[in-house]
Amino acid sequence: MADRTARPDVALAQRLAAIRERYAGTDPDMVADVVRAVLATMSGDLTAQETSLLSEVESLGQIIASAKSEIAALRMDDITASDIPFATDELDAIIQHTASATHAILESCETLDAVGEHLAGEPATKLQDATTRIYEACSFQDITGQRITKVVNTLKAIETKVCQLVLTFGEPGSDTAIETGAQGEAALLNGPQLPTMAMDQSDIDKLLASFE
Amino acid sequence: MSMDKTINVLIVDDYKTMLRIIRNLLKQIDFNNVEEASDGAEALAKLRSGNFGLVISDWNMQPMTGLQLLQEVRADTRLKGMPFIMVTAESKVENVVAAKQAGVSNYIVKPFNAETLREKIEKVLLHG
Repeated sequence: MADRTARPDVALAQRLAAIRERYAGTDPDMVADVVRAVLATMSGDLTAQETSLLSEVESLGQIIASAKSEIAALRMDDITASDIPFATDELDAIIQHTASATHAILESCETLDAVGEHLAGEPATKLQDATTRIYEACSFQDITGQRITKVVNTLKAIETKVCQLVLTFGEPGSDTAIETGAQGEAALLNGPQLPTMAMDQSDIDKLLASFE
Repeated sequence: MSMDKTINVLIVDDYKTMLRIIRNLLKQIDFNNVEEASDGAEALAKLRSGNFGLVISDWNMQPMTGLQLLQEVRADTRLKGMPFIMVTAESKVENVVAAKQAGVSNYIVKPFNAETLREKIEKVLLHG
């Protein structure tokens, strides 16, 4: 319920918010038309305050109409047919290139391991330590691959939202079903966390130990 | 008491690079009997037809995830006692809790190093 003691513009904003919530599926253009028609029939019968209030409403209607035009002017085909596919293809290429490079590194490392089997003593130990560090470092490819996959999924989600926005403004009353969050085990599959958000191995060891 | 390093180890991951890395790291700590599977379903088939002493599995795979594989293993009369280490980039508390509730033997977060792998395998094989 709007607060009638508030300033007119605040009260108007509250009132409009309540109306928007109540009539969420209503075409903004239709509302603007109705407001204009009502204003046309009321001129001359209004107080100064009411005229100011209705002028604000009319401005609001114009802003809505302008926003609608801008959204309708978005080149949706570009976004869905080229922009996002281009971005995801580029990211896929990064995964492929790093995978290819990683395999080349691993192959060389395996060759070094084979050579190391013919060595003994300190040289053999040093060589094995070095190849171990290389194997460990190569796991970056798995982690970066999972991170890039998350970015690709985010881009696809943005594409879906933009489509919904344009459809909503382009076709009044169209279905604007919002995708729901993942449930069950799917909600657990989030890939690598950012370093500042992630638990490290010692945190996980402590958590596991707490079960024992 | 020392570990039996002659056991058959099954490593499960849908990233061929990771399979190769884990296989090489296992080789460096003297586990030479290593087989690979690229998803949960293939792993389960190999486990049911083979004789393995340890599973090291990724979580995020399709169509059967590592967690589902773990649940299948724990529900299988012959396999239910199989040592099972989850190696995954999933590092949230709820992931570790879900894996523990499903009966995971230990949990390694990626990226990991050879020492962590050796330490967790030793803990699982020697202390259950």
